[in-house]
Amino acid sequence: MAPAGPRSGDAIFASVERVNAELFTLTYGAIVRQLLTDLEEVDEVNKQLDQMGYNIGIRLVDEFLAKSNVSRCVDFKETAEVIAKVGFKMFLGVGASVTNWDAEGTCCSIVLEDNPLVDFVELPDTCQGLYYCNVLSGVIRGALEMVSVPSCASLSLVFSSSS
Amino acid sequence: MIGVSKIKQYSNVLDKPLSKGKQEVSLSAFAFLFSELVQYNQTQVDNIAELERSRLEDAGYAVGARCLELLCHREKGNRRETRLLGILSFVHSTVWKVLFGKVADSLEKGTEHEDEYMISEKELLVNRFISIPKDMGTFNCGAFVAGIVRGVLDNAGFPAVVTAHFVPMEGQQRPRTTILIKFAEEVLRREARVG
Repeated sequence: MAPAGPRSGDAIFASVERVNAELFTLTYGAIVRQLLTDLEEVDEVNKQLDQMGYNIGIRLVDEFLAKSNVSRCVDFKETAEVIAKVGFKMFLGVGASVTNWDAEGTCCSIVLEDNPLVDFVELPDTCQGLYYCNVLSGVIRGALEMVSVPSCASLSLVFSSSS
Repeated sequence: MIGVSKIKQYSNVLDKPLSKGKQEVSLSAFAFLFSELVQYNQTQVDNIAELERSRLEDAGYAVGARCLELLCHREKGNRRETRLLGILSFVHSTVWKVLFGKVADSLEKGTEHEDEYMISEKELLVNRFISIPKDMGTFNCGAFVAGIVRGVLDNAGFPAVVTAHFVPMEGQQRPRTTILIKFAEEVLRREARVG
């Protein structure tokens, strides 16, 4: 029997169990608040968020590979597309797009139109250097490392909220 | 590329329209996030009681406070609950339905004390993928949910002490979780006065 082909992000998202995004948003907010209270330095918080994301990513990639059935990606461009279209959709329920490729094709931006992590969030002036969603960078870094894609130590994600 | 990620703020976040609350994320995303919350807090404290009370419950308290505001506005048209049974059924039905997708399994009044109520759940969402090692005794990650309930009650004007407990059930492998709510004196006196 031929192996099943890769499933689309929407199909997987429809088949997994889901929870209310607001619980997720508020829990993430509680985590960031705890970190800010404990660590106080914005850079430390960024590092800790990235580390938490990394811990999540190394486990998340197993579930991703099991549920999505994607075949091995041939190059980084394909990897980025799969992360944006399938990965974000299946876990966060939102699609992302890949833009801003550099000349060598080693670097890109993944843009999320609608980020459930930042609903209801406004950064005060004291936290302007905070990468609020840094956990997402950590997740991608952890996941890629597990599938042997050597990635740079810090990824940056650009988010634009729709007006 | 090491760059700056910024959240573009087109306008004040308060000007954005409130979402309908129908958006969802996958259960595993939430489970991973919650496990990181617990793991991070384990490194910050020395004993279980502190882990439960000051860290997990406080995290839940903040969630509860915001939930109350959000749900009062969205689900109840800004009407405020002033009676004990009213706020309890708000927590048991509305809050549970929005956060966990179903109403709580049961709401009971304590038999031994006048000021105790219990909300029970066969398997709390937050505990689904968590197993407690024997050496952690009675530790229950449901303390996060207890914190949420305390946040809702406190900010609604019903101060209470809320804790989460495992109650073993015969014939079932996993114990049931009970959220025990013990209201403060002033709440009962006020209830008695209002009649």
